Order: sequence, then structure tokens, then C-alpha cells
Amino acid sequence: MLRTGSPCLEIEGLIHDVGPIAAEGGRMKRVLAGVDLTAHAGQVTVLLGVNGAGKTTTLECAQGLRRRTGGTIRLLGHDPQTAGADLRARVGVMLQDGGLPPSARPIALLKHVAGMYRNPLPVDELADRLGLNEFAGTNIRRLSGGQKQRVALAAALVGRPEVVFLDEPSAGLDPQSRQVVFELIRELRSQGLGIILTTHLLDDAERLADWVAILDRGRIVAEGTVAELLGGASQAARRLTVRGPAGLDLALAFAGTRPLVQVHESPAGHYTAEGELTTAHLAALAQWLDARGIMPSSLELGSRSLEDVFLGIAEASAAEDSLRAGREKETETA
Amino acid sequence: MSTATPLSGRVWQQGRYETLAMLRNGEQLVLMVVLPLMALIGLTVTPFLDGLGPNRVDVAAPGVLALCTMSTGFTGQGIATGFDRRYGVLRFLSTTPLGRAGLIAGKTIAVLVVLAIQVVVIGGIAWLIGWRPSFPGAILGLVLLAIGAGVFTALGLLVAGTARPEATLAVTNLVWILFGVFGGIVMPSTKLPSQISGIVGFLPSGALGDASRAAFLHGSLDVQAAVVLVVWGAAAGLAASRWFKWN
Repeated sequence: MLRTGSPCLEIEGLIHDVGPIAAEGGRMKRVLAGVDLTAHAGQVTVLLGVNGAGKTTTLECAQGLRRRTGGTIRLLGHDPQTAGADLRARVGVMLQDGGLPPSARPIALLKHVAGMYRNPLPVDELADRLGLNEFAGTNIRRLSGGQKQRVALAAALVGRPEVVFLDEPSAGLDPQSRQVVFELIRELRSQGLGIILTTHLLDDAERLADWVAILDRGRIVAEGTVAELLGGASQAARRLTVRGPAGLDLALAFAGTRPLVQVHESPAGHYTAEGELTTAHLAALAQWLDARGIMPSSLELGSRSLEDVFLGIAEASAAEDSLRAGREKETETA
Repeated sequence: MSTATPLSGRVWQQGRYETLAMLRNGEQLVLMVVLPLMALIGLTVTPFLDGLGPNRVDVAAPGVLALCTMSTGFTGQGIATGFDRRYGVLRFLSTTPLGRAGLIAGKTIAVLVVLAIQVVVIGGIAWLIGWRPSFPGAILGLVLLAIGAGVFTALGLLVAGTARPEATLAVTNLVWILFGVFGGIVMPSTKLPSQISGIVGFLPSGALGDASRAAFLHGSLDVQAAVVLVVWGAAAGLAASRWFKWN
């Protein structure tokens, strides 16, 4: 078992081209344009990005399922592209689409997969833990999305891996199963496993991640702990949400208070004030509302969310892209 | 110390799993047992094969066993692999210690085990209605059927790994019917229309049918047929390893 905290996956300058794509004039398409990522044992590393950002491709290269175009990958110290059964035995994989034969039954399938390992987890215990016994006799074809997810997770864990790759593990899960799966992931982390998971749900990342890498158009555009991405230690309130009657000019309430805050109403009757909020802002708001006899139906203070960071980065990178495209066009015409 | 089950254990495990999956599939059983049996009965009650051997079943049985090989290796394993590919099963299993090579080996074992069951069932029924091949001829015939199983499995995997599963289903069934009727597998080329009788010997179906009949019927090795068969196997194997897409 690896020492907690040592790197279990090191990706440097990973490039992956697909194609040729007929729709793009037979050109190759660069899906990954130099991804650098390190994941550590005993930590949950979350690869965050919108659909099409390259999350699954990155994982597939790291799992040895895809041949990379360039760059290096060390998984537990080996190149996954050339490594054999001994490396595969130390790595658990849960694919996005499950990868389970539809005509099989969950427990029989798990026993079959367990047979590939010398010292697998007891299938019954694993099934019990993930609540698979309630549908043990049903063909995988007839299971719900969340039930399939749990079977796929069990199949990834049955060989007692040191590293697990989970591609969108919370997709299709109801709140209870999600809770079960998240608890299990935290437990695996405390046992020293390196966990690499992808998600497009910011909430997943906030709840699970020790390290977040944001992937956008085949590049890591930001990474760090959740706190680091949220802007360091400053946890002061940045956002005030007020719900009440539509069409109020709430900006007037803060007009005489410094520092200035930005107020907008969207949707109608749902106001957000953003900026460095202080008690003075709260007092001003209360006074303004009191003078008009308005009681808001909800009033909420919050800090910057990962969503803000994520959207900000996505916007910045889109702006950069259009700028670059513009420059290229200029160069072409010149 | 390795934490993976040793290679042979993994491959046997996969072979057993794939065999049970094939045997549990109802439509496949029709293709693998019922249709070949109908062909066997049909060819022994009709005069199509008259004049080629001491009695009709001696000529029919070797071809029907060759047909079984095509059912199991080409159509059966082709369709199963096509859908495994669609559902990501191939990708998932290739991330386990089994790996890609182990997966292919397991599939080949499953084909050979199912073929052995077909030989026992269909060969047994043929024996009941009077089939009496010589012992050395039968041994040679079984070896050739096993080689044929490898050739047709490679062809089935080639289709499964390059086409969509629905297309694989259609193509492997259609080819099974065309080869079964016109491919020289149960009907020797001399009994086929003159326009095609010259070429069927170069098809994998005709080559396996001829080789199987020469062995079971005369106890001899049809060298040309065996060479054609091996060339098809090598070509299909190379093409499959070159173009097979795992996802």
C-alpha cells in the first residue's frame, strides 16, 4: 500500500488527437491539449469540467484504454499503455456507461470479476454495503440508472485496488444512494486509496474533493483545494439573496453604503447583491425595507461558490479563445 | 507479489463465463443446434447428396458440423462481442487483470466448448441414424473443425469490432444463410450451380466443408482446403487486430 500523500497518478503534457473528422474537412481534432495532473494516495482528486471538456478522455488515457498522442503518464509508477495484469490488478475502474453486460445478474457478475483477483473483497459484504442484494436476482438490463451505478462501483472495488477511477459516479443516483456512495468514497480515502473522479456537478466537488482540477477544452485551467479556488482564507459573505415582491429598486437600499455592491434581479422577485458585504449593508437593507413596509420571504447570506469560480474561468477561457481566433483571422487577412 | 489471478486462471474463468452466456441465449441455441439438426435431417431424407458417399448421413454430417462451427464462432460470438462492445463490457473487462488478450482467449475457449457440445449432440444424433466415420478420420476432422472455429471466430470478431452491433447481427446472420446454402459448407461444390462451384472452394465455408468431408468421409487431408482455411484465418486475425475498435 502506498504511503498516504505520495503521488499515485502523474500526468504530464498529455495530448490526445482524434480523427480524422470528416465534418471538419478530414482534420484531426485535438481533444486534450497538454493536460498536467497529479493525484495522490489518500486523496480525492476531482476532475471538473463541462461535457466535452475532455474528462473521460483523460481518464481513458490514464487507464490505458486509449493510446495517447503525446505526453507521459505514470500510474503507480508504470505507463498504463504498456503495463500488464499486475498493474491492472491494483487499479479499479468505473466507466461512465458502466460497462456491464445487460444480461448478467449483479452478484454473479461481481463474483466473475472477483475471480480475476487473487485476494478480492468478499462479494457478499460489498453487495450488502452498496445495497445490491435488493435486486440481486434482476438482470442488469432491468436496473435503474442508480442501481447500475452501484453495481459498477462494486465491480471497480472488488479487487481491493490502490487507485480507483470513477467516471461521473453520482450520475443517476437518488439522494440516498448518493449519500451511500459518497460515504464509501470517503472511507476509501481514509484507507489510503487514491481516488480520481470526474464530475460536472460542482456540489460533488465541494463535498468530496481534496484537490480540484478544472478542465476546459482539453486543458487544466485552474487547480487547487476547494478553499484555494474560492479565493483563499477569506470566507466573508460575498452574496446576499433576497426574495420578495417583484420590481423593487433594491440598489437604492445600498446607495449610501460603502463598499459598493452590485444588485440584480433575476428572476423577478429574486434579488442578489454581490460585493464585500458588511453589517452596514444589512442595517441599510433592513431600514429601507422597514420604511416601505416590505417583509422579504427569504433572506440569505453566502460566500462565493465554486460555481462562480467555474463560470468565471469558463467565461475567461472562452473570451481568450475568441480573442485568439480574432488574431488568427487578422493574421490570415494580413 | 502479484494481486492478479494467474493468466490461465483468468482465461478459464472468462471462458466458463462466456460459455454459460452463450448457452443461456435462446436465439443462439436455435442457430447453434436446431438449424444444424434440421439441415442434417433434411439432407438425409432428400437425395441432394446421393452418389458422394456410402450413405447420405456420411456426407451430410461432416458438413453440418462445419456449419455448427460457423454458427458458434462467426454468428454467435460475433453478435455477442458486438453487443459487449456497444455496452462497454469489452472496455471494462480490459481494465481488469483479464486484459484484452485474456478476453479474446476466453471467447475462443467458449467457442471451442460450445462446439464440443454441438459435436456430441449433433454427431451423436448422426451416429444414431447411421454415421460411422473411421477413428483416424474423426480425429483429423475434429482438429480441422477446431481450426475452423478459430478462423470463423476471427472473422466474427472482425465484423463485431468494426461495425455497429445491429449491423453485425444482420451481416453475420445473412452470411451464415448465404454460406450455409451456397458457400459449399453443407452442399459440396460439385452439387452447386456451375457459376459458383469454381469459387466456393476458396471461401472459408467451402474450405472447411471440403476439409471436414475429406477427413470424416475418406480419412484424408484435403491440403488445398486446409491451406485456404489457414490463409483466411491469418488474414482475419491480422485484420481484426489491426482494425478492431474496443469502444
